[in-house]
Amino acid sequence: MSFLKTHTGNSELAERFPEVHPPLDVQSALLEANRCLYCFDAPCSAACPTHIDVPRFIKKISQGNLHGSALTILDSNILGASCSRVCPVDVLCEGACVYHRYNKHPIEIGLLQRHAMDAFFKNGAALPRTGAPDRQARVACVGAGPASLACAAELRLRGFAVKVFDRRALPGGLNTHGVAEYKLRATDSLREIEMIKSLGVDFAHGTSITGEAELARLEKEYAIIFIGVGLGEMRTLGIPGEQHPDVVNALDFIERYKTGGNLRVGRHVVVVGAGNTAIDAARAAVRLGAENVHILYRREEENMAAFQFEYEGAKREGVRFHWRTQPVAIHTSAAHLGIAAIECSRVNVIPSGDGQKMEFVPDSSFELRCDMVIPAIGQSPLLEFLRACRGVRSEKGLVVVDRATGQTSHPQYFAGGDCVNGGREVVDAVADGKRAALAIAESLEVAHAQK
Amino acid sequence: MRKNNSTPDLSVVFAGKIHSPNPFWLASAPPTNCGEQVMRAFDAGWGGAVWKTLGEPITNVSSRYSSVDWNGQRMMGLNNIELITDRPLDVNLREIAAVKKRYPKHAVIASLMVESKREAWHKIVQQSEDAGADGLELNFGCPHGMSERGMGSAVGQVPEYAEMITSWVKEKARTPVLVKLTPNITDIRTVARAAKRGGADGLSAINTVNSITGIDLDTLVPRPNVDGKSSHGGYCGPAVKPIALNMVQQVQSDPDAALPLSGIGGISDWRDAAEFILLGCGTVQICTAVMHYGYRIIDDLKDGLANWMQEKGFARIADFQGGSLAKVEEWKHLNLNYKIVARIHEEKCIGCELCYTACWDGAHQCIHLDRVRSQNGSGHASSAQLTPAMHEAHSRGVVSVTPIPKLDYAAGDHYTNEPYATPLARIPRVDENECVGCNLCLLVCPVENCITMERVDVNVPAQSWEQRTAAAPQRTQS
Repeated sequence: MSFLKTHTGNSELAERFPEVHPPLDVQSALLEANRCLYCFDAPCSAACPTHIDVPRFIKKISQGNLHGSALTILDSNILGASCSRVCPVDVLCEGACVYHRYNKHPIEIGLLQRHAMDAFFKNGAALPRTGAPDRQARVACVGAGPASLACAAELRLRGFAVKVFDRRALPGGLNTHGVAEYKLRATDSLREIEMIKSLGVDFAHGTSITGEAELARLEKEYAIIFIGVGLGEMRTLGIPGEQHPDVVNALDFIERYKTGGNLRVGRHVVVVGAGNTAIDAARAAVRLGAENVHILYRREEENMAAFQFEYEGAKREGVRFHWRTQPVAIHTSAAHLGIAAIECSRVNVIPSGDGQKMEFVPDSSFELRCDMVIPAIGQSPLLEFLRACRGVRSEKGLVVVDRATGQTSHPQYFAGGDCVNGGREVVDAVADGKRAALAIAESLEVAHAQK
Repeated sequence: MRKNNSTPDLSVVFAGKIHSPNPFWLASAPPTNCGEQVMRAFDAGWGGAVWKTLGEPITNVSSRYSSVDWNGQRMMGLNNIELITDRPLDVNLREIAAVKKRYPKHAVIASLMVESKREAWHKIVQQSEDAGADGLELNFGCPHGMSERGMGSAVGQVPEYAEMITSWVKEKARTPVLVKLTPNITDIRTVARAAKRGGADGLSAINTVNSITGIDLDTLVPRPNVDGKSSHGGYCGPAVKPIALNMVQQVQSDPDAALPLSGIGGISDWRDAAEFILLGCGTVQICTAVMHYGYRIIDDLKDGLANWMQEKGFARIADFQGGSLAKVEEWKHLNLNYKIVARIHEEKCIGCELCYTACWDGAHQCIHLDRVRSQNGSGHASSAQLTPAMHEAHSRGVVSVTPIPKLDYAAGDHYTNEPYATPLARIPRVDENECVGCNLCLLVCPVENCITMERVDVNVPAQSWEQRTAAAPQRTQS
């Protein structure tokens, strides 16, 4: 069954979450494509973790070969459609454009990529046909996020049978559930996975692989296991009042409006943390109708993990930032049982040894009126799962791999994505998955030859 | 630096008799189809107009034009299959008279094309001059439609016909007679000489170039499409300028052909016009640029040319007319001992590496990307040099990640000791020993003045091929 039948989107959601970067029309795309210099060994391609041949696909757009353009993109990045929407292009391809050094606006690579990919999907997403798996070895991918999807697609294209396991009903990981809707619609993510499925990748949904027993079974049935499980639950604030049902962590908040059909939001929302997910949650709260949205961050503006353009976007939309501010308690109202306010304190960051430590500023506490709190202070690692992967070394909750191949300390296990890199971008996960797939294919071919 | 402050005089007298307030004429084409248009053009500032060709009644087809776009720019070249005027002769003549009455100081030239009969030519010459035309332009150039009926380029491609008809016209004409030459011929000088023999007072060159601009890849019908079929047309616009300049130079450098020449072919701005005049033209004719942007372009044509003349110290058109003719030589007279090499100005380089790939694939493999990785001397594409494919493979093998400030660098980690805005690894290096000075890198470089060609003193006196072979006649060179 098609994933898109399970999730059809929601008209109110579509209305409240217009895309931040509307697509280019045909003429603008042509003009923009023609601006590209077609650099040799282009810096934009080098900056892209998946090394999409950017000048090549842009040239094809300018020459009216949109299908060839899309295939050029997919050749390097099977999730080229979602990446064209969610990539922080300012710090990747577009950030590397040589036009920055020529007082010219960089080429709108993201929008051009999207232009080619949209045309591709509009015309039925016709990938070159793949035959039935012609290799004996089978590969299991645990987790159906971008890393696993990229790994699975790449291996399937090379003739291997691949099965992707995921605990959720819908595949895509954060692409489907966790990326802000105004950047990537769940339906667009699913459409892309539909294409991967059409290559012949098998999906097992609602299948949790958590314990040693399940892994042992996989080890028997599959030649290689790729771990693309991402990170675990979001970290909690660890302050009184956090158990209140209107304290919803950022990923749950995004998931519930994005795929859960729940568009509820408070009138006065406080988001804790200043990473990109915090910004996604804050901007979503604005779109869902919150009157006031605050972001609390315990450090200074320059320490913020969010990209500059995300920060600017949030400010433009009225999100207010409170620096050096740490929540200390969430107070509920005696009258209506809802959250009434969040109590905060100012903090000073002071150097200590190699690092820094936080110190409350005496008598600096104050209350911010709010009826919803969204913690967004990062995800914790899947420690339990990692412990179950016997023989797979991990460090500080992240799987340790050979960077070029994604191979773990256990030769049957490869890994990529957030569970390896600690939480980067979709394109980084795709690159991890792809590199792993190439290494897996090579190792399986070598093994086959040695038989 | 401006050499004098008086406003240059743009007025010209062409072929001894045709006065024009400036050298800019509208070519015989749709912009000169009727009196109302020509009057608006004169109001806008045009110096003269060559009327859309008069002749026997014809019927046009639709569509008529097609063009070549290039890299997002419209109409680099324009093609048409339109014939001569489709308006009644008496209407055109009446309007010519009206224009001349209202604009006595502007040049109105009647372009003529009739069947190759002496009486027919005599008659149209008489009619045009009676209407007040300042000169006549014999359309021996139109390459489509009319040529199938024995007119236009069918005349212009046969020197004997051209000479004969020119002489018929001269029997009758009181005003200067210009012959408009077709480029669709092996050597344009043969017809130019014929026209001169026939008594022509001047020439116009070039007419349009035979062309098929393209084919609709859905219907497979070439453009322009006339009910599912097409026909070759005449090509003009910026694309043909170099062809026109060369033909102008050929004609003007040939004593048997040279006459007062009205230059035509892809002139779009004042610089193009200056170039035609530098190769000997007395006036220039413009069509495509007006069809694209309207009569208003005359403003910059005049303004730009005057400013340049003032800067150069030219008081009048004649001061620089033909000024570049002496600078065009046969190849055998060029100095073989002149050496220039490319120099990349690092501070301007943006790191696109187009010069690198152009030099490797299209020239002499003497631009390298080895400023950071080992410089292996100056071998001519030696085995020690990395090839383009090796550079690309290296980049594809690099593990790149999205830079996340928190994960990737502590404060102050942004510091680099790169000397230029572009990373040194991306700034190509020219091997000056191997550089042949071909200009290709300079031509592909998108940045103004980033690559310059610098003269290298070779301490050898100038010597041309002719001199060299004369000195050592036994030597040959392929």
